[in-house]
Amino acid sequence: MKILVLVKQVPDTEATIRISGDRKKIDEAGVKFIVNPYDEFAIEEALKLKESGAATFIVAVSLGPDRVKEALRTAVAMGVDDVLHLKTADLGMDGLATAQLLSESIKEIGFDLLLMGKEAIDDGNMQVGPMLAELLDVPCLSVVTALQVNGASVVAEREGDGCAEVLEAQLPCIITCQKGLNEPRYPSIRGVMLAKKKEIAEKIVQSANHTVSVESLSYPQARQAGMIVGEGAAAVPELVKKLREEAKVI
Amino acid sequence: MSTILAVTECRDGKLHKTSLEVVSQAKALSEKIGAGVVALVIGSGISVESASLGEYGATKVLVADGQALENYQPDLYKSIIIEAIRQNSAEIVLAPATAIGKDIMPRVAARLEAGMVSDCTKILVQDHTIQAEHPIFAGKAFALLSVNSAVKIITLRPSVFDAIQTNPGVAAPVEKVGLPAIEIKVKTREVKKTGGNKLDVADADIIVTGGRGVRSAENFKIIEELAACLNAAVGATRAAVDSGWRPHEEQVGQTGKVVSPNLYIMCGASGSIQHWAGMSGAKCIVAVNKDPNAPIIERADYSIIGDLFEVVPALIEEIRKIRG
Ligand SMILES: Cc1cc2nc3c(=O)[nH]c(=O)nc-3n(C[C@H](O)[C@H](O)[C@H](O)COP(=O)(O)OP(=O)(O)OC[C@H]3O[C@@H](n4cnc5c(N)ncnc54)[C@H](O)[C@@H]3O)c2cc1C
Repeated sequence: MKILVLVKQVPDTEATIRISGDRKKIDEAGVKFIVNPYDEFAIEEALKLKESGAATFIVAVSLGPDRVKEALRTAVAMGVDDVLHLKTADLGMDGLATAQLLSESIKEIGFDLLLMGKEAIDDGNMQVGPMLAELLDVPCLSVVTALQVNGASVVAEREGDGCAEVLEAQLPCIITCQKGLNEPRYPSIRGVMLAKKKEIAEKIVQSANHTVSVESLSYPQARQAGMIVGEGAAAVPELVKKLREEAKVI
Repeated sequence: MSTILAVTECRDGKLHKTSLEVVSQAKALSEKIGAGVVALVIGSGISVESASLGEYGATKVLVADGQALENYQPDLYKSIIIEAIRQNSAEIVLAPATAIGKDIMPRVAARLEAGMVSDCTKILVQDHTIQAEHPIFAGKAFALLSVNSAVKIITLRPSVFDAIQTNPGVAAPVEKVGLPAIEIKVKTREVKKTGGNKLDVADADIIVTGGRGVRSAENFKIIEELAACLNAAVGATRAAVDSGWRPHEEQVGQTGKVVSPNLYIMCGASGSIQHWAGMSGAKCIVAVNKDPNAPIIERADYSIIGDLFEVVPALIEEIRKIRG
Protein backbone atom coordinates (compact mmCIF):
# COMPACT_ATOMS: atom_id res chain seq x y z
CA MET A 1 0.00 0.00 0.00
CA LYS A 2 1.33 3.38 -1.02
CA ILE A 3 0.47 6.31 1.23
CA LEU A 4 0.55 9.89 0.10
CA VAL A 5 0.62 12.53 2.83
CA LEU A 6 -0.21 16.15 2.08
CA VAL A 7 1.75 18.61 4.18
CA LYS A 8 1.13 22.33 4.37
CA GLN A 9 3.52 24.82 5.87
CA VAL A 10 1.79 27.43 8.05
CA PRO A 11 2.79 30.24 10.43
CA ASP A 12 3.43 29.10 13.98
CA THR A 13 0.36 29.36 16.23
CA GLU A 14 2.22 31.93 18.35
CA ALA A 15 3.20 34.07 15.34
CA THR A 16 2.08 37.68 15.22
CA ILE A 17 0.13 38.20 12.01
CA ARG A 18 0.83 41.47 10.17
CA ILE A 19 -1.13 42.44 7.09
CA SER A 20 0.85 43.63 4.05
CA GLY A 21 0.64 47.20 2.70
CA ASP A 22 -1.77 46.28 -0.08
CA ARG A 23 -4.01 44.47 2.48
CA LYS A 24 -4.16 41.39 0.24
CA LYS A 25 -1.81 39.07 2.09
CA ILE A 26 0.24 38.76 5.24
CA ASP A 27 3.74 40.06 5.68
CA GLU A 28 5.90 36.95 6.04
CA ALA A 29 9.03 38.76 7.22
CA GLY A 30 10.15 37.33 10.54
CA VAL A 31 7.30 34.80 10.68
CA LYS A 32 8.30 31.34 11.91
CA PHE A 33 6.76 28.57 9.83
CA ILE A 34 5.84 25.09 11.04
CA VAL A 35 4.21 21.95 9.67
CA ASN A 36 0.46 22.38 9.99
CA PRO A 37 -0.29 20.61 13.33
CA TYR A 38 -3.08 18.45 11.83
CA ASP A 39 -0.73 17.29 9.06
CA GLU A 40 1.58 15.95 11.76
CA PHE A 41 -1.20 13.53 12.72
CA ALA A 42 -1.32 12.46 9.06
CA ILE A 43 2.44 11.87 8.91
CA GLU A 44 2.37 9.93 12.18
CA GLU A 45 -0.51 7.73 11.04
CA ALA A 46 1.32 6.92 7.81
CA LEU A 47 4.45 5.97 9.76
CA LYS A 48 2.42 3.74 12.08
CA LEU A 49 0.80 1.99 9.13
CA LYS A 50 4.21 1.36 7.63
CA GLU A 51 5.59 0.05 10.91
CA SER A 52 2.64 -2.34 11.23
CA GLY A 53 3.40 -3.72 7.76
CA ALA A 54 0.18 -2.39 6.21
CA ALA A 55 1.97 0.25 4.14
CA THR A 56 5.12 -0.11 2.07
CA PHE A 57 5.95 3.38 0.90
CA ILE A 58 5.16 6.91 2.12
CA VAL A 59 5.54 10.01 0.01
CA ALA A 60 4.88 13.47 1.41
CA VAL A 61 3.84 16.28 -0.93
CA SER A 62 3.72 19.98 -0.22
CA LEU A 63 2.33 22.75 -2.40
CA GLY A 64 3.71 26.26 -2.07
CA PRO A 65 6.74 28.51 -2.49
CA ASP A 66 10.35 27.46 -1.81
CA ARG A 67 10.03 27.78 1.95
CA VAL A 68 7.76 24.71 2.10
CA LYS A 69 10.81 22.52 1.47
CA GLU A 70 11.52 22.99 5.19
CA ALA A 71 8.19 21.35 6.04
CA LEU A 72 9.12 18.45 3.75
CA ARG A 73 12.44 18.11 5.58
CA THR A 74 10.51 17.75 8.83
CA ALA A 75 8.47 14.97 7.20
CA VAL A 76 11.69 13.22 6.14
CA ALA A 77 13.12 13.64 9.63
CA MET A 78 9.99 12.00 11.05
CA GLY A 79 10.48 9.06 8.68
CA VAL A 80 8.65 9.38 5.35
CA ASP A 81 10.36 7.67 2.39
CA ASP A 82 10.17 10.35 -0.24
CA VAL A 83 8.98 13.90 -0.76
CA LEU A 84 7.88 16.13 -3.60
CA HIS A 85 7.63 19.89 -3.69
CA LEU A 86 4.88 21.21 -5.94
CA LYS A 87 6.17 24.67 -6.54
CA THR A 88 3.79 27.56 -6.92
CA ALA A 89 3.60 31.15 -5.81
CA ASP A 90 -0.12 30.98 -6.27
CA LEU A 91 -1.38 29.65 -2.98
CA GLY A 92 -4.38 31.80 -2.25
CA MET A 93 -7.33 31.28 0.04
CA ASP A 94 -9.28 29.54 -2.68
CA GLY A 95 -9.78 25.91 -1.62
CA LEU A 96 -11.06 24.83 -5.01
CA ALA A 97 -8.02 26.24 -6.86
CA THR A 98 -5.74 24.47 -4.37
CA ALA A 99 -7.60 21.19 -4.77
CA GLN A 100 -7.44 21.51 -8.56
CA LEU A 101 -3.70 22.21 -8.50
CA LEU A 102 -3.10 19.22 -6.23
CA SER A 103 -5.38 16.81 -8.06
CA GLU A 104 -3.47 17.04 -11.35
CA SER A 105 -0.16 16.07 -9.74
CA ILE A 106 -1.68 13.51 -7.42
CA LYS A 107 -3.19 11.66 -10.38
CA GLU A 108 0.35 11.21 -11.70
CA ILE A 109 1.82 10.11 -8.37
CA GLY A 110 -0.99 7.70 -7.51
CA PHE A 111 -1.88 6.40 -4.05
CA ASP A 112 -3.83 3.79 -2.16
CA LEU A 113 -4.38 5.95 0.89
CA LEU A 114 -4.10 9.72 1.06
CA LEU A 115 -3.71 11.25 4.52
CA MET A 116 -3.86 14.95 5.33
CA GLY A 117 -4.85 17.26 8.17
CA LYS A 118 -8.55 18.02 8.64
CA GLU A 119 -7.77 21.71 8.34
CA ALA A 120 -4.87 24.06 7.71
CA ILE A 121 -4.62 26.46 10.61
CA ASP A 122 -3.73 29.43 8.40
CA ASP A 123 -6.77 29.82 6.16
CA GLY A 124 -8.91 27.48 8.28
CA ASN A 125 -10.94 26.54 5.22
CA MET A 126 -11.42 22.78 5.76
CA GLN A 127 -12.19 22.46 2.06
CA VAL A 128 -9.32 20.74 0.29
CA GLY A 129 -9.75 17.13 1.51
CA PRO A 130 -13.38 16.62 0.50
CA MET A 131 -12.88 18.68 -2.69
CA LEU A 132 -9.89 16.61 -3.71
CA ALA A 133 -11.90 13.43 -3.15
CA GLU A 134 -14.54 14.66 -5.60
CA LEU A 135 -12.00 15.71 -8.19
CA LEU A 136 -10.27 12.32 -7.91
CA ASP A 137 -13.58 10.47 -7.57
CA VAL A 138 -12.60 8.57 -4.43
CA PRO A 139 -14.30 8.43 -1.01
CA CYS A 140 -13.24 10.84 1.73
CA LEU A 141 -13.61 10.31 5.45
CA SER A 142 -13.02 13.61 7.18
CA VAL A 143 -12.13 14.67 10.74
CA VAL A 144 -10.98 11.18 11.68
CA THR A 145 -9.94 10.27 15.25
CA ALA A 146 -9.37 6.51 14.79
CA LEU A 147 -8.35 4.52 11.73
CA GLN A 148 -8.05 0.85 10.79
CA VAL A 149 -6.94 -0.48 7.44
CA ASN A 150 -7.96 -4.09 6.77
CA GLY A 151 -6.79 -5.15 3.31
CA ALA A 152 -8.64 -2.97 0.86
CA SER A 153 -11.15 -1.61 3.34
CA VAL A 154 -10.84 1.26 5.76
CA VAL A 155 -12.83 1.76 8.95
CA ALA A 156 -12.59 5.18 10.53
CA GLU A 157 -14.20 7.09 13.34
CA ARG A 158 -15.29 10.55 12.30
CA GLU A 159 -15.98 13.32 14.81
CA GLY A 160 -19.49 14.68 14.37
CA ASP A 161 -21.36 17.24 16.46
CA GLY A 162 -22.05 15.37 19.70
CA CYS A 163 -21.41 12.01 18.06
CA ALA A 164 -18.77 9.77 16.55
CA GLU A 165 -19.62 8.12 13.23
CA VAL A 166 -17.98 4.78 12.47
CA LEU A 167 -17.58 4.74 8.69
CA GLU A 168 -16.33 2.21 6.18
CA ALA A 169 -14.96 2.77 2.69
CA GLN A 170 -12.72 1.03 0.16
CA LEU A 171 -9.24 2.05 -0.92
CA PRO A 172 -8.16 4.22 -2.59
CA CYS A 173 -9.55 6.88 -0.31
CA ILE A 174 -8.74 10.14 1.47
CA ILE A 175 -8.63 10.52 5.26
CA THR A 176 -8.43 13.94 6.93
CA CYS A 177 -6.89 13.68 10.39
CA GLN A 178 -8.10 15.16 13.67
CA LYS A 179 -6.47 15.47 17.06
CA GLY A 180 -6.90 12.25 19.02
CA LEU A 181 -5.83 10.01 16.13
CA ASN A 182 -2.29 9.61 17.50
CA GLU A 183 0.60 11.42 19.17
CA PRO A 184 3.02 12.67 16.51
CA ARG A 185 6.61 11.60 17.19
CA TYR A 186 9.58 13.92 17.40
CA PRO A 187 12.13 13.48 14.61
CA SER A 188 15.08 11.28 15.59
CA ILE A 189 18.64 12.67 15.39
CA ARG A 190 19.33 10.24 12.58
CA GLY A 191 16.20 11.47 10.83
CA VAL A 192 17.26 15.09 11.14
CA MET A 193 20.68 14.25 9.64
CA LEU A 194 19.01 12.39 6.79
CA ALA A 195 16.63 15.26 6.17
CA LYS A 196 19.48 17.78 5.91
CA LYS A 197 21.03 15.89 3.02
CA LYS A 198 17.78 14.98 1.28
CA GLU A 199 17.52 16.13 -2.34
CA ILE A 200 14.01 17.50 -2.62
CA ALA A 201 12.48 16.97 -6.03
CA GLU A 202 10.37 19.83 -7.27
CA LYS A 203 7.76 20.23 -9.91
CA ILE A 204 6.43 23.56 -11.04
CA VAL A 205 2.66 23.62 -11.19
CA GLN A 206 0.42 25.90 -13.21
CA SER A 207 -1.84 28.32 -11.44
CA ALA A 208 -5.48 27.38 -11.71
CA ASN A 209 -8.60 29.42 -12.25
CA HIS A 210 -9.67 31.34 -9.20
CA THR A 211 -13.29 31.36 -8.16
CA VAL A 212 -12.56 33.12 -4.88
CA SER A 213 -10.32 36.16 -4.60
CA VAL A 214 -9.13 38.28 -1.71
CA GLU A 215 -10.66 41.77 -1.58
CA SER A 216 -8.89 42.76 1.61
CA LEU A 217 -7.56 41.49 4.90
CA SER A 218 -8.32 43.20 8.19
CA TYR A 219 -7.64 42.86 11.89
CA PRO A 220 -10.43 41.93 14.27
CA GLN A 221 -12.19 44.81 15.92
CA ALA A 222 -10.47 45.60 19.16
CA ARG A 223 -12.59 44.58 22.10
CA GLN A 224 -13.55 47.33 24.47
CA ALA A 225 -11.21 47.43 27.42
CA GLY A 226 -12.57 45.32 30.24
CA MET A 227 -12.63 45.94 33.95
CA ILE A 228 -11.56 44.23 37.14
CA VAL A 229 -14.75 44.01 39.18
CA GLY A 230 -12.97 43.21 42.42
CA GLU A 231 -11.15 40.63 44.45
CA GLY A 232 -12.35 37.29 45.78
CA ALA A 233 -15.86 36.12 46.67
CA ALA A 234 -16.77 39.63 47.88
CA ALA A 235 -16.82 40.84 44.26
CA VAL A 236 -19.40 38.27 43.16
CA PRO A 237 -22.63 40.26 43.82
CA GLU A 238 -21.24 43.19 41.82
CA LEU A 239 -20.25 40.87 38.96
CA VAL A 240 -23.70 39.30 38.81
CA LYS A 241 -25.29 42.75 38.83
CA LYS A 242 -23.12 43.85 35.91
CA LEU A 243 -23.90 40.67 33.96
CA ARG A 244 -27.63 41.29 34.44
CA GLU A 245 -27.89 45.03 34.09
CA GLU A 246 -24.95 46.13 31.96
CA ALA A 247 -24.12 43.18 29.70
CA LYS A 248 -27.65 41.70 29.94
CA VAL A 249 -26.35 38.18 29.42
CA ILE A 250 -28.00 36.38 32.35
CA MET B 1 -35.74 35.86 -10.21
CA SER B 2 -32.69 34.12 -8.84
CA THR B 3 -32.72 31.74 -5.94
CA ILE B 4 -30.80 31.38 -2.71
CA LEU B 5 -30.74 27.84 -1.40
CA ALA B 6 -30.57 27.54 2.39
CA VAL B 7 -29.37 24.07 3.37
CA THR B 8 -30.58 23.31 6.88
CA GLU B 9 -29.66 20.62 9.35
CA CYS B 10 -31.77 18.19 11.36
CA ARG B 11 -30.72 16.43 14.50
CA ASP B 12 -33.01 13.64 15.72
CA GLY B 13 -35.70 14.75 13.27
CA LYS B 14 -35.74 18.35 14.52
CA LEU B 15 -34.29 21.45 12.94
CA HIS B 16 -31.03 22.50 14.57
CA LYS B 17 -30.83 26.17 15.60
CA THR B 18 -28.21 26.91 12.92
CA SER B 19 -30.95 26.14 10.36
CA LEU B 20 -32.87 29.22 11.45
CA GLU B 21 -29.70 31.32 11.27
CA VAL B 22 -29.05 30.14 7.72
CA VAL B 23 -32.61 30.73 6.50
CA SER B 24 -32.68 34.18 8.17
CA GLN B 25 -29.41 35.18 6.52
CA ALA B 26 -30.68 33.89 3.15
CA LYS B 27 -33.74 36.08 3.61
CA ALA B 28 -31.61 39.13 4.47
CA LEU B 29 -29.46 38.54 1.40
CA SER B 30 -32.50 37.94 -0.81
CA GLU B 31 -33.74 41.43 -0.04
CA LYS B 32 -30.50 42.93 -1.28
CA ILE B 33 -30.39 41.01 -4.55
CA GLY B 34 -34.06 40.26 -5.17
CA ALA B 35 -34.15 36.49 -4.90
CA GLY B 36 -36.39 33.72 -3.61
CA VAL B 37 -35.33 31.67 -0.62
CA VAL B 38 -35.65 27.90 -0.94
CA ALA B 39 -34.88 25.93 2.21
CA LEU B 40 -33.74 22.32 1.99
CA VAL B 41 -34.38 19.98 4.92
CA ILE B 42 -32.66 16.58 4.92
CA GLY B 43 -33.26 13.85 7.48
CA SER B 44 -35.36 10.96 8.66
CA GLY B 45 -38.73 11.23 10.39
CA ILE B 46 -38.78 15.01 10.05
CA SER B 47 -41.62 16.60 11.99
CA VAL B 48 -44.04 19.17 10.52
CA GLU B 49 -41.98 22.20 11.57
CA SER B 50 -40.47 22.45 8.04
CA ALA B 51 -43.32 24.72 6.94
CA SER B 52 -42.50 27.07 9.81
CA LEU B 53 -39.29 28.03 8.01
CA GLY B 54 -41.65 30.40 6.17
CA GLU B 55 -41.61 32.51 9.33
CA TYR B 56 -37.88 33.04 8.83
CA GLY B 57 -38.25 33.97 5.18
CA ALA B 58 -38.30 30.74 3.17
CA THR B 59 -40.59 31.00 0.14
CA LYS B 60 -40.48 27.24 -0.41
CA VAL B 61 -39.26 24.28 1.63
CA LEU B 62 -37.89 21.11 0.05
CA VAL B 63 -37.92 18.05 2.27
CA ALA B 64 -35.82 14.95 1.64
CA ASP B 65 -37.01 12.46 4.24
CA GLY B 66 -36.06 8.80 4.34
CA GLN B 67 -34.73 5.99 6.47
CA ALA B 68 -31.44 6.10 4.56
CA LEU B 69 -30.95 9.65 5.86
CA GLU B 70 -31.21 8.74 9.53
CA ASN B 71 -27.47 9.30 9.82
CA TYR B 72 -25.33 11.69 7.83
CA GLN B 73 -24.43 10.05 4.51
CA PRO B 74 -22.14 12.11 2.26
CA ASP B 75 -23.02 10.47 -1.07
CA LEU B 76 -26.79 10.94 -0.60
CA TYR B 77 -26.49 14.44 0.86
CA LYS B 78 -24.26 15.54 -2.00
CA SER B 79 -26.63 14.24 -4.61
CA ILE B 80 -29.72 15.77 -2.94
CA ILE B 81 -28.08 19.19 -2.53
CA ILE B 82 -26.74 19.28 -6.10
CA GLU B 83 -30.16 18.30 -7.45
CA ALA B 84 -31.83 21.06 -5.39
CA ILE B 85 -29.32 23.61 -6.72
CA ARG B 86 -29.95 22.53 -10.33
CA GLN B 87 -33.75 22.24 -10.10
CA ASN B 88 -34.05 25.68 -8.54
CA SER B 89 -31.22 27.33 -10.50
CA ALA B 90 -29.77 28.46 -7.20
CA GLU B 91 -26.92 30.94 -7.51
CA ILE B 92 -26.09 31.24 -3.84
CA VAL B 93 -26.05 28.33 -1.43
CA LEU B 94 -25.85 28.91 2.31
CA ALA B 95 -25.31 26.13 4.85
CA PRO B 96 -24.29 25.96 8.50
CA ALA B 97 -20.58 25.41 9.21
CA THR B 98 -21.36 22.41 11.41
CA ALA B 99 -19.59 19.04 11.27
CA ILE B 100 -21.93 18.03 8.42
CA GLY B 101 -21.79 21.37 6.61
CA LYS B 102 -17.99 21.39 6.69
CA ASP B 103 -17.85 17.92 5.18
CA ILE B 104 -20.56 18.13 2.56
CA MET B 105 -20.35 21.64 1.10
CA PRO B 106 -16.77 21.37 -0.26
CA ARG B 107 -17.87 18.21 -2.09
CA VAL B 108 -20.81 20.03 -3.66
CA ALA B 109 -18.54 22.97 -4.52
CA ALA B 110 -15.98 20.73 -6.25
CA ARG B 111 -18.67 18.97 -8.31
CA LEU B 112 -20.16 22.29 -9.46
CA GLU B 113 -16.83 24.13 -9.77
CA ALA B 114 -18.29 26.62 -7.36
CA GLY B 115 -16.21 29.02 -5.31
CA MET B 116 -16.65 28.49 -1.60
CA VAL B 117 -16.15 30.53 1.56
CA SER B 118 -16.13 28.57 4.84
CA ASP B 119 -17.17 29.60 8.30
CA CYS B 120 -18.34 33.01 7.17
CA THR B 121 -19.00 35.76 9.70
CA LYS B 122 -20.45 38.47 7.42
CA ILE B 123 -21.88 38.67 3.90
CA LEU B 124 -21.88 41.83 1.78
CA VAL B 125 -23.19 42.69 -1.66
CA GLN B 126 -20.80 45.14 -3.36
CA ASP B 127 -21.36 46.23 -6.99
CA HIS B 128 -23.40 43.07 -7.62
CA THR B 129 -20.68 40.78 -6.31
CA ILE B 130 -21.04 38.63 -3.26
CA GLN B 131 -18.33 39.16 -0.68
CA ALA B 132 -17.97 37.00 2.39
CA GLU B 133 -15.82 37.54 5.43
CA HIS B 134 -13.94 34.57 6.84
CA PRO B 135 -11.67 34.42 9.91
CA ILE B 136 -8.07 33.42 9.14
CA PHE B 137 -5.09 32.59 11.35
CA ALA B 138 -7.49 31.43 14.04
CA GLY B 139 -9.19 34.81 14.25
CA LYS B 140 -6.04 36.94 14.28
CA ALA B 141 -7.28 38.43 11.01
CA PHE B 142 -10.26 38.37 8.66
CA ALA B 143 -10.29 37.92 4.90
CA LEU B 144 -12.99 39.54 2.82
CA LEU B 145 -13.37 37.24 -0.19
CA SER B 146 -15.33 37.79 -3.37
CA VAL B 147 -16.86 34.76 -5.01
CA ASN B 148 -16.88 34.89 -8.79
CA SER B 149 -18.29 31.54 -9.93
CA ALA B 150 -21.79 30.96 -11.30
CA VAL B 151 -22.77 29.07 -8.14
CA LYS B 152 -21.46 30.50 -4.87
CA ILE B 153 -21.26 28.42 -1.71
CA ILE B 154 -20.95 29.91 1.75
CA THR B 155 -21.06 28.12 5.11
CA LEU B 156 -22.01 30.27 8.10
CA ARG B 157 -20.25 30.14 11.44
CA PRO B 158 -22.84 29.00 14.04
CA SER B 159 -24.23 31.57 16.51
CA VAL B 160 -22.86 34.56 14.57
CA PHE B 161 -25.95 35.37 12.50
CA ASP B 162 -29.28 36.06 14.20
CA ALA B 163 -32.35 33.91 13.66
CA ILE B 164 -35.08 36.43 12.83
CA GLN B 165 -38.78 35.66 12.51
CA THR B 166 -39.47 38.17 9.76
CA ASN B 167 -42.84 36.69 8.77
CA PRO B 168 -44.60 35.44 11.92
CA GLY B 169 -47.37 32.97 11.22
CA VAL B 170 -46.37 32.37 7.59
CA ALA B 171 -46.16 28.74 6.52
CA ALA B 172 -44.05 28.05 3.44
CA PRO B 173 -45.24 25.49 0.87
CA VAL B 174 -43.48 22.17 1.41
CA GLU B 175 -42.37 19.93 -1.46
CA LYS B 176 -41.09 16.41 -1.02
CA VAL B 177 -38.00 15.41 -2.94
CA GLY B 178 -37.17 11.79 -3.63
CA LEU B 179 -33.99 10.05 -2.57
CA PRO B 180 -31.51 9.47 -5.38
CA ALA B 181 -30.68 5.90 -6.42
CA ILE B 182 -26.90 6.11 -6.39
CA GLU B 183 -23.93 4.05 -5.38
CA ILE B 184 -23.06 4.52 -1.71
CA LYS B 185 -19.29 4.65 -1.27
CA VAL B 186 -19.15 5.47 2.42
CA LYS B 187 -21.08 3.14 4.72
CA THR B 188 -22.05 4.10 8.24
CA ARG B 189 -21.56 1.17 10.58
CA GLU B 190 -22.52 2.87 13.78
CA VAL B 191 -23.13 6.28 15.31
CA LYS B 192 -22.10 6.67 18.92
CA LYS B 193 -23.45 9.57 20.92
CA THR B 194 -20.45 11.13 22.60
CA GLY B 195 -21.90 13.90 24.69
CA GLY B 196 -24.82 11.91 26.18
CA ASN B 197 -27.56 14.49 26.60
CA LYS B 198 -25.01 17.11 27.47
CA LEU B 199 -25.25 20.52 25.88
CA ASP B 200 -22.47 20.90 23.30
CA VAL B 201 -20.20 23.96 23.61
CA ALA B 202 -20.91 24.74 19.94
CA ASP B 203 -24.64 25.08 20.67
CA ALA B 204 -24.56 26.84 24.02
CA ASP B 205 -25.48 30.46 24.72
CA ILE B 206 -23.43 30.35 27.90
CA ILE B 207 -20.21 28.39 28.46
CA VAL B 208 -18.33 27.88 31.73
CA THR B 209 -14.76 26.84 31.00
CA GLY B 210 -12.24 25.41 33.41
CA GLY B 211 -8.49 25.43 32.89
CA ARG B 212 -5.38 24.07 34.55
CA GLY B 213 -6.24 26.07 37.66
CA VAL B 214 -9.13 23.65 38.40
CA ARG B 215 -6.40 21.09 39.18
CA SER B 216 -8.32 17.78 38.90
CA ALA B 217 -11.21 15.96 37.24
CA GLU B 218 -12.92 15.78 40.63
CA ASN B 219 -12.68 19.56 41.10
CA PHE B 220 -14.55 20.11 37.83
CA LYS B 221 -17.73 19.37 39.83
CA ILE B 222 -17.97 23.05 40.78
CA ILE B 223 -17.54 24.08 37.13
CA GLU B 224 -20.35 21.66 36.23
CA GLU B 225 -22.51 23.02 39.02
CA LEU B 226 -22.05 26.62 37.89
CA ALA B 227 -22.82 25.54 34.32
CA ALA B 228 -25.97 23.72 35.46
CA CYS B 229 -27.44 26.73 37.23
CA LEU B 230 -26.85 28.90 34.13
CA ASN B 231 -28.09 26.25 31.63
CA ALA B 232 -24.59 26.48 30.26
CA ALA B 233 -22.23 24.00 28.61
CA VAL B 234 -18.93 23.03 30.23
CA GLY B 235 -15.84 23.95 28.24
CA ALA B 236 -12.18 23.18 28.84
CA THR B 237 -8.75 24.43 27.89
CA ARG B 238 -6.29 22.10 26.27
CA ALA B 239 -4.39 21.91 29.55
CA ALA B 240 -7.51 20.43 31.21
CA VAL B 241 -8.12 18.05 28.30
CA ASP B 242 -4.51 16.90 28.01
CA SER B 243 -4.46 16.24 31.76
CA GLY B 244 -7.33 13.81 31.17
CA TRP B 245 -9.81 15.79 33.28
CA ARG B 246 -12.23 16.54 30.43
CA PRO B 247 -13.05 14.99 27.02
CA HIS B 248 -11.68 16.56 23.83
CA GLU B 249 -15.18 17.46 22.59
CA GLU B 250 -15.26 20.13 25.31
CA GLN B 251 -11.97 21.72 24.26
CA VAL B 252 -12.28 25.28 23.01
CA GLY B 253 -9.53 26.83 20.92
CA GLN B 254 -7.34 26.49 17.90
CA THR B 255 -7.29 22.68 18.09
CA GLY B 256 -10.70 22.45 19.70
CA LYS B 257 -14.04 24.07 18.92
CA VAL B 258 -14.70 27.62 17.87
CA VAL B 259 -17.58 29.09 19.84
CA SER B 260 -19.52 32.37 19.83
CA PRO B 261 -21.70 32.32 22.97
CA ASN B 262 -23.30 35.34 24.64
CA LEU B 263 -21.40 34.70 27.85
CA TYR B 264 -18.09 32.89 28.33
CA ILE B 265 -16.89 32.38 31.90
CA MET B 266 -13.28 31.26 32.32
CA CYS B 267 -12.13 29.81 35.61
CA GLY B 268 -8.45 29.09 36.18
CA ALA B 269 -7.53 29.59 32.53
CA SER B 270 -4.80 32.02 31.47
CA GLY B 271 -6.22 33.01 28.07
CA SER B 272 -3.48 31.66 25.82
CA ILE B 273 -3.43 32.77 22.22
CA GLN B 274 -4.59 29.31 21.11
CA HIS B 275 -7.52 29.30 23.53
CA TRP B 276 -8.44 32.85 22.49
CA ALA B 277 -8.65 31.60 18.90
CA GLY B 278 -11.67 29.56 19.88
CA MET B 279 -13.61 32.03 21.98
CA SER B 280 -12.73 35.55 20.90
CA GLY B 281 -16.17 35.73 19.26
CA ALA B 282 -17.92 35.51 22.65
CA LYS B 283 -20.06 38.57 23.28
CA CYS B 284 -19.17 38.85 26.96
CA ILE B 285 -16.12 37.31 28.62
CA VAL B 286 -15.71 36.83 32.36
CA ALA B 287 -12.43 35.71 33.94
CA VAL B 288 -11.87 34.30 37.40
CA ASN B 289 -8.13 34.10 37.96
CA LYS B 290 -5.88 34.47 40.96
CA ASP B 291 -3.14 36.10 38.89
CA PRO B 292 -3.80 39.78 38.04
CA ASN B 293 -1.14 39.48 35.31
CA ALA B 294 -2.76 36.57 33.45
CA PRO B 295 -3.26 37.63 29.80
CA ILE B 296 -7.02 37.06 30.02
CA ILE B 297 -7.46 39.79 32.63
CA GLU B 298 -6.64 42.45 30.07
CA ARG B 299 -9.01 41.02 27.50
CA ALA B 300 -12.01 39.89 29.54
CA ASP B 301 -14.97 42.24 29.90
CA TYR B 302 -15.24 41.52 33.62
CA SER B 303 -12.65 39.91 35.87
CA ILE B 304 -12.51 38.83 39.45
CA ILE B 305 -9.04 38.38 40.87
CA GLY B 306 -9.20 35.51 43.30
CA ASP B 307 -9.15 31.82 44.04
CA LEU B 308 -11.70 30.06 41.88
CA PHE B 309 -12.46 27.63 44.72
CA GLU B 310 -13.87 30.58 46.68
CA VAL B 311 -15.27 32.65 43.83
CA VAL B 312 -17.10 29.91 41.91
CA PRO B 313 -19.14 28.63 44.91
CA ALA B 314 -20.08 32.24 45.74
CA LEU B 315 -21.12 32.75 42.13
CA ILE B 316 -23.29 29.62 42.22
CA GLU B 317 -25.00 30.86 45.37
CA GLU B 318 -25.60 34.36 43.97
CA ILE B 319 -27.05 33.04 40.73
CA ARG B 320 -29.31 30.59 42.58
CA LYS B 321 -30.57 33.54 44.59
CA ILE B 322 -31.64 35.49 41.53
CA ARG B 323 -32.88 32.48 39.58
CA GLY B 324 -34.75 31.01 42.52
C1 LIG C 1 -0.50 24.01 18.23
C2 LIG C 1 -1.16 24.32 19.53
C3 LIG C 1 -2.54 24.24 19.63
C4 LIG C 1 -3.19 24.52 20.85
N1 LIG C 1 -4.56 24.46 20.88
C5 LIG C 1 -5.21 24.80 22.03
C6 LIG C 1 -6.64 24.81 22.12
O1 LIG C 1 -7.35 24.46 21.17
N2 LIG C 1 -7.23 25.17 23.28
C7 LIG C 1 -6.51 25.54 24.39
O2 LIG C 1 -7.11 25.88 25.40
N3 LIG C 1 -5.15 25.52 24.33
C8 LIG C 1 -4.48 25.15 23.21
N4 LIG C 1 -3.12 25.11 23.20
C9 LIG C 1 -2.41 25.23 24.48
C10 LIG C 1 -2.20 26.65 24.95
O3 LIG C 1 -0.96 27.11 24.43
C11 LIG C 1 -2.11 26.71 26.50
O4 LIG C 1 -1.10 25.85 26.95
C12 LIG C 1 -3.41 26.32 27.20
O5 LIG C 1 -4.51 27.00 26.64
C13 LIG C 1 -3.30 26.68 28.66
O6 LIG C 1 -4.44 26.24 29.35
P1 LIG C 1 -4.84 26.93 30.74
O7 LIG C 1 -5.18 28.33 30.51
O8 LIG C 1 -5.86 26.04 31.34
O9 LIG C 1 -3.52 26.73 31.62
P2 LIG C 1 -2.44 27.81 32.09
O10 LIG C 1 -1.95 28.63 30.98
O11 LIG C 1 -1.47 27.06 32.90
O12 LIG C 1 -3.29 28.76 33.01
C14 LIG C 1 -3.81 28.41 34.25
C15 LIG C 1 -4.36 29.68 34.87
O13 LIG C 1 -5.09 29.35 36.02
C16 LIG C 1 -4.83 30.32 37.02
N5 LIG C 1 -5.09 29.65 38.30
C17 LIG C 1 -4.42 28.63 38.87
N6 LIG C 1 -5.00 28.25 40.02
C18 LIG C 1 -6.04 29.06 40.21
C19 LIG C 1 -7.03 29.18 41.23
N7 LIG C 1 -7.05 28.37 42.30
N8 LIG C 1 -7.96 30.13 41.12
C20 LIG C 1 -7.97 30.97 40.03
N9 LIG C 1 -7.06 30.89 39.05
C21 LIG C 1 -6.12 29.96 39.12
C22 LIG C 1 -3.41 30.72 36.81
O14 LIG C 1 -3.17 32.01 37.32
C23 LIG C 1 -3.30 30.68 35.28
O15 LIG C 1 -3.58 31.94 34.71
C24 LIG C 1 -2.45 24.86 21.99
C25 LIG C 1 -1.06 24.93 21.89
C26 LIG C 1 -0.41 24.68 20.70
C27 LIG C 1 1.08 24.79 20.63
